[in-house]
Amino acid sequence: MIQTTKMASGQQWVLVEMVQAFYEAPAYHLILEGILILWIIRLLFSKTYKLQERSDLTEKEKEELIEEWQPEPLVPAVSNDHPSLNYDVVTGPPSHKITVNGKECINFASFNFLGLLDNERVKQKALASLKKYGVGTCGPRGFYGTFDVHLELEERLAKFMKTEEAIIYSYGFATIASAIPAYSKRGDIVFVDEAACFSIQKGLQASRSFIKYFKHNDMEDLERLLKEQELEDQKNPRKARVTRRFIVVEGLYMNTSDICPLPELVKLKYKYKVRIFLEESMSFGVLGEHGRGVTEHFGVSIDDIDLISANMENAVASIGGFCCGRSFVIDHQRLSGQGYCFSASLPPMLASAAIEALNIMEEDPEIFTILREKCKHAHKALQDIPGLKVVGEAFAPALHLQLEHSTGSRESDVRTLRSIIDYCLDRQIALTQARYLDKEERFLPPPSIRVVVTVEQTEEEIEKATSCIREAALARLE
Amino acid sequence: MLRYLLGVTRLDKIRNEQMRGTVKVEQFGDKAREARLRWFGHNHNVWHNASVYNKPFVESFEETPLLVAVLTYMGYGILTLFGYLRDFLRDWNFEKCHVAKERDEQKDFVPLYQDFENFYTRNLYMRIRDNWNRPICSVPGARMDVMERVTHDYNWTFKHTGTVLFDVINMGSYNYLGFAENSGLCANAAVEAAMKYGLGVCGTRHEIGNLDKHEELEKLVARFLGVESSMVFGMGFATNSMNIPTLAGKGCLILSDELNHASLVLGARLSGSTIRVFKHNNMQSLEKLLRDAIVHGQPRTHRPWKKILILVEGIYSMEGSIVRLPEVIALKKKYKAYLYLDEAHSIGALGPGGRGVVDYFGLDPCDVDIMMGTFTKSFGAAGGYIGGNKELIDYLRTHSHSAIYATSMSPPVAQQIITSMKCIMGEDGTTLGQERLCQLSKNTTYFRRRLQEMGFIIYGNNDSPVVPLMLYMPAKIGAFGREMLKRNIGTVVVGFPATPIIESRARFCVSAAHTKEMLDTALNAISEVGDLLQLKYSRHAWPSDEETNHFSYLDSHQD
Repeated sequence: MIQTTKMASGQQWVLVEMVQAFYEAPAYHLILEGILILWIIRLLFSKTYKLQERSDLTEKEKEELIEEWQPEPLVPAVSNDHPSLNYDVVTGPPSHKITVNGKECINFASFNFLGLLDNERVKQKALASLKKYGVGTCGPRGFYGTFDVHLELEERLAKFMKTEEAIIYSYGFATIASAIPAYSKRGDIVFVDEAACFSIQKGLQASRSFIKYFKHNDMEDLERLLKEQELEDQKNPRKARVTRRFIVVEGLYMNTSDICPLPELVKLKYKYKVRIFLEESMSFGVLGEHGRGVTEHFGVSIDDIDLISANMENAVASIGGFCCGRSFVIDHQRLSGQGYCFSASLPPMLASAAIEALNIMEEDPEIFTILREKCKHAHKALQDIPGLKVVGEAFAPALHLQLEHSTGSRESDVRTLRSIIDYCLDRQIALTQARYLDKEERFLPPPSIRVVVTVEQTEEEIEKATSCIREAALARLE
Repeated sequence: MLRYLLGVTRLDKIRNEQMRGTVKVEQFGDKAREARLRWFGHNHNVWHNASVYNKPFVESFEETPLLVAVLTYMGYGILTLFGYLRDFLRDWNFEKCHVAKERDEQKDFVPLYQDFENFYTRNLYMRIRDNWNRPICSVPGARMDVMERVTHDYNWTFKHTGTVLFDVINMGSYNYLGFAENSGLCANAAVEAAMKYGLGVCGTRHEIGNLDKHEELEKLVARFLGVESSMVFGMGFATNSMNIPTLAGKGCLILSDELNHASLVLGARLSGSTIRVFKHNNMQSLEKLLRDAIVHGQPRTHRPWKKILILVEGIYSMEGSIVRLPEVIALKKKYKAYLYLDEAHSIGALGPGGRGVVDYFGLDPCDVDIMMGTFTKSFGAAGGYIGGNKELIDYLRTHSHSAIYATSMSPPVAQQIITSMKCIMGEDGTTLGQERLCQLSKNTTYFRRRLQEMGFIIYGNNDSPVVPLMLYMPAKIGAFGREMLKRNIGTVVVGFPATPIIESRARFCVSAAHTKEMLDTALNAISEVGDLLQLKYSRHAWPSDEETNHFSYLDSHQD
């Protein structure tokens, strides 16, 4: 109590003294202090730079800049002799016999593996559908673009693949390219084979996830990346709990014609808890006893693969693509698959054609054995062509023939291969080069001739084609 | 034009507004009216430089009445609360959970979906899911047959009863010119093509998948559009998403309308360019972006942009608005930008010759650098095209992702487009195409006008066959779709995320195949449902005597 009064009186005394000093101080002192205080306030509130110093452009200067700016042309000029500017023209159906640039040839170029493109049954079914539904669907699936044939096809595909659910897309390319970004988002991690085809690359780009490429079919390299990721995860377990991971591989690789080591991939899947997306455009309707693809080929349970995607434009010889798997996974695409939600649905006649193709495949699984035999035959016959090497598995229906020794420049390699193709075209064998966008591909495959084997080709025709290629190679590659 | 000369009151009013807009005169008492209308909503038309238009450009987006907005938010609030409650009950197994489950073997994987991701789907969308994906089993023409579905578990699963709802009036399909047909010229030609070529192609354009049919189609498309050259692709969506990356890249700037379709957005994103978004159809916003972009150059480096690409659509499918093309072209020329015009909905549906927005405004197609469109809608087929000068198309032929990696178009589909396009052009020797165009335009005017008179809030341009009718409240989305189907009319209803959260709507697509009787039946049903659900929100007075009705249907398109 006493202390507080003392303190209070002490403070009072200081205050009185201050006021007294203020009175007594000379005027110049007060003025100086006042100026100093104002200066401090000014320093506190003024900006660090002067507004006048900012070089704002005047309207006139802006106009000048706009006047000056010259954009690049919309597209660079393409020279008239660009190798891919003038397409080969096909008149009539691109089936077993094909007319290329007015010349009738045996088709070794179209992915019509099972010869269903001009199958009479498929055509009749499609025509019936056309006469019932017309051509287009005039809307996306959500808005009266769902037809009973779409539902039937989805059901049939699911049954064929022995999965819970299937979803169809109206464009093969858009299938995997829409499916990947439906699941994998920014911050997620995708492990991809270097040889992955272009539509996978585009899907990955759209997903904005972290992409880690492993060497083609190199499981050790994949495991190295997975281990690296595991260490990373241990450092930041909170982030790891929400980071989805995926492995994206192809069944039969479009670009290399070899098969992915699926059993090892499944082992890695469970070891590192990564989901597997499998793109089977080349293997669906080709591999396995019933044409179910790589899973059947290796005897891997289809439930171990989280998502299988394939197009119906190769073996099925229609248009469009599908994804299949468990409902838990697939159903999500019905609201999140961009190519599914925002695009018009598949024309019903093409869905009907696909259904009939499935019927044929189910009725006669022998067809896959025949295809495999023919592939083996072609693969063997193509060995030891001087200057050319065969790339791909013996059972792959679309093989690549690459130059054994590159001339050094891609351009001249392409020209050499084209001359071989022209030589064969003149002798009624239709072949084509595998085409890529050189600047867009992540890992550009070497130039190659594609040789496609179908069930319709006879042994003699395969013999003829291979000997023709051999002659061409001898003639064109010194 | 006749209408305008005769001077119907409503149009006078609009013309006055237009005038006011151009000379910027504040109307007396505007403030007071605004205050009064804030609670009840008002009409608002944005007018820019009317001088570049050769005909009145009437586009209205009546503002959401505040009361309605509040109620809509409340609706979503209640739904969300109940959603949480249901989720809670599902978590504790009080309620059976219908959601598909992860495999037991993969329970310890990182979850494939974040929990909140599917909250909306599970608790809001699922309640009204029966309004979408309704399967049909006929041509998607003016009338269609819808398969009946029932659900015993509140839309988690559907069963087909086997009965079919026959002859439902189709107000949902994008069948603008009525070419979705299973008989007649187009269908017959398609049958022939299928017989000759088969269905698939089994190859890309570069790899032996280039049929003579495709080349024929491309020449025709170029002629139809009035451009030097064109290229066609198998899917409309992919035409955008796979070709924009060919045209723009790093160091380029893409200016995109905020309401652009997902395919344009995806294409822009895949291109790797910088993307800036301008307000929907707002030319001031676009011009500001253009100026700033050129003046300031690229961010950080301040290097000038390599090129600037403007992405716009002809008709916006959710708003029913038409792009202000004359102004866009003026801006594009002034600032040397390139223009990519997506005519997915407008090709065939607009213009005296059915050649899209360019035709509608009477402009030169060469002023648009990239003319893109789809065949899904007006032509009753599938796929898309890009038209432009020869250099552009040559470049696409050699560099388009679609041409190199994707299977080319199915021959009967190509044939359908050829035949329908020739019909529109009158090259089949008949006037059937021209009649369809007239009919569509008449139907559009009539249908829009009647809905406005009934007091609904209708968005968009008076000439757009896409007619959005505002529903606003989430519960009304489901109710409207179901009530309409009960009255044998198939409509499309859309809500978030396709629209802003409070602007749920129903959308009608008028077709040339609709007869006046069909439209009247539909209109009566819409009016009935509108009364039932109290959807007649508009506070804007439209003249509604019998005389003008009759008049507008018969004579509105003599211009």
